[in-house]
Amino acid sequence: MQLKTLLAATALGALMASPALAQQISVKAGVLNDRSGLYADLSGEGSVIAARLAVEDFKAAEKGIKVEIVSADHQNKPDVGSTIARQWYDQDGVDLILDVPTSSVALAVNQITREKNKVHINSGAASSDLTGKACSPNTVHWTYDTYALAQGTGGAMTKAGGDSWFFLTADYAFGHALERDTAAVVTKAGGKVLGAVRTPFPGTDFSSFLLQAQASKAKVIGLANAGGDTINSIKQAGEFGIVAGGQKLAGLLVFATDVHALGLQTAQGLVLTESFYWDMNDQTRAWSERFAKLNGGKKPSMVQAGVYSGMLHYLKAVEAAKSKDSAAVMAKMKELPTDDPLFGKGSVRVDGRKMHDMYLFEVKKPSESKAPWDYYKQIAVLKADEAFKPLAESECPLVKK
Amino acid sequence: MFELLGVPPQALFGQLLLGLINGSFYAILSLGLAVIFGLLNIINFTHGAQYMMGAFVAWMCLNYLGINYWAALLLAPIAVGITGVVIERFLLKRIAHVDHLYGLLLTFGLALIIQGLFRNNYGSSGLPYSIPAELRGGYNLGFMFLPTYRGWVVIASLVVCLATWFIIEKTKLGSYLRAATENPTLTQAFGINVPLLVTLTYGFGVALAAFAGVLAAPIYSVNPNMGADLIIVVFAVVVIGGMGSIMGAIVTGFSLGLVEGLTKVFYPEASATVIFIIMAIVLLVKPAGLFGRAA
Repeated sequence: MQLKTLLAATALGALMASPALAQQISVKAGVLNDRSGLYADLSGEGSVIAARLAVEDFKAAEKGIKVEIVSADHQNKPDVGSTIARQWYDQDGVDLILDVPTSSVALAVNQITREKNKVHINSGAASSDLTGKACSPNTVHWTYDTYALAQGTGGAMTKAGGDSWFFLTADYAFGHALERDTAAVVTKAGGKVLGAVRTPFPGTDFSSFLLQAQASKAKVIGLANAGGDTINSIKQAGEFGIVAGGQKLAGLLVFATDVHALGLQTAQGLVLTESFYWDMNDQTRAWSERFAKLNGGKKPSMVQAGVYSGMLHYLKAVEAAKSKDSAAVMAKMKELPTDDPLFGKGSVRVDGRKMHDMYLFEVKKPSESKAPWDYYKQIAVLKADEAFKPLAESECPLVKK
Repeated sequence: MFELLGVPPQALFGQLLLGLINGSFYAILSLGLAVIFGLLNIINFTHGAQYMMGAFVAWMCLNYLGINYWAALLLAPIAVGITGVVIERFLLKRIAHVDHLYGLLLTFGLALIIQGLFRNNYGSSGLPYSIPAELRGGYNLGFMFLPTYRGWVVIASLVVCLATWFIIEKTKLGSYLRAATENPTLTQAFGINVPLLVTLTYGFGVALAAFAGVLAAPIYSVNPNMGADLIIVVFAVVVIGGMGSIMGAIVTGFSLGLVEGLTKVFYPEASATVIFIIMAIVLLVKPAGLFGRAA
């Protein structure tokens, strides 16, 4: 099977080293993400490494759980992602699918996972619909979502006086969700949305759209895009003197890997929201150090950190349920509190939303950065219950009102 | 304020200028493709990867060797052009006598390999390359803010395109080239080294792609997919202009950039598809392309 690009070495080790256990559970996890396109650096192979580290840290083999990890490239295309997910569930015996960036693919995998009654722990996609109107008893949305991003960056910029907005929106599920959630935050805070332009995804030249944003005279230009699209829009905004002309750029979804690609010279001063940054405390630093060694020196993105944390919690739930039955595992995942070195303590809500704090960061000036990957300074913490949509406002049918 | 089809004229002029800038990239790239197709009959699918290599070589020059943008503008096309010569000598030459579908497959495979190698080594989110100090800033034209660098891109590509056209259409070397395209055997009988001419032409076409890559490096992030994203559009440009037509490549390159720019104003969602719609229409009406000669 070509899709089996990776086998967890731990699984082999487990067979040889573990004492004869009465019952062994074998779990097959599929890391499905972008391995060649514009999101490959923030998810890609790094997410597979993160999943392997989780298996290692959980000491799965000693606990009688045999874990095998497979991975595949969904190319950011919902049809490709759906085909792989079906094949994994139907033919290859995959029990859970991790990561899945790109909201359009994630929504498709969310649906298939529900039909096949398996488990989907999403770390890469942003659309808040995954725990909203498209919520499923089989999905946990781990790392972040458009609602939290909107609260973080959108809220902070509006409070700081940016009361008129124009959006550059990637023309697919994710961009639309991010624009919608941010616009809601802006209007709620008394601001105004002057307009939006939908840009083809993925794009390379954003100058035309930036000029339209510039002409709108909005105080803030909200970039409702991600990865390579964000990188190119920020770069080109600099070129057209948009920030120098007094308008502010709001990168609504910016990852550490994007800042790395932009360089601090271009990215300095950018305000962004993340749920994880490698340099937050001793534990995150230690883990990121291990991760970077396996990932060609590159520090983890929050997506990759989320894969680790999600995998770890899944294994805990399997151990507690003494079974890999989806319903039993999901129940345990929601029942047990989450706790790991990267996200600290948290929980999984009934609608599948993983709850933890989010952080508002500002990108350092080149002069403030002391080492490679030293990029952020923290400017605020958003407590979990203000970062994520309250259950009372949820459109999720699983939430009883 | 007076408006044109719902868009203020200032915005319209701005978008037209931007279209012209994008058109410059289309023009240089499609020119390289047209030159290669004209003489080698090879549909060079590696072109996008070679454009990307141009940008990467510029980045490497700066970060590993401390060579600045201006030198890279000359060195990167030469370096990438040399890899082109090697590819022609060792691979393309061997399939020159067979159906040009094989050339297409070979160059497509090469593109995938090259992109994969760069992606493995440098990741997919790209590398920073800043605009050279001399070209920072911009001019306020009244209707838009024109970054100096973009203005330079238009001028540089116009000069390169016209120079190429001049060499091929108006010089002795060009006449040899055209003769070799028409009838290689006869041309060789006149004592002209056709195989060498072919190799150098491929190298030159590749160098053009790399030149565009260096021009693009400060505007777009230098990343392994930058060529793959562009190459299909450029092929459409070549088809619309007429395969192998030098003038066709230049004129359609610039004008399709303009059309795309206008689409971004009136219906942004379609801006990625408009070129293909035009291609379909042109192929229906004039199958050889706007400037192509019917075979």
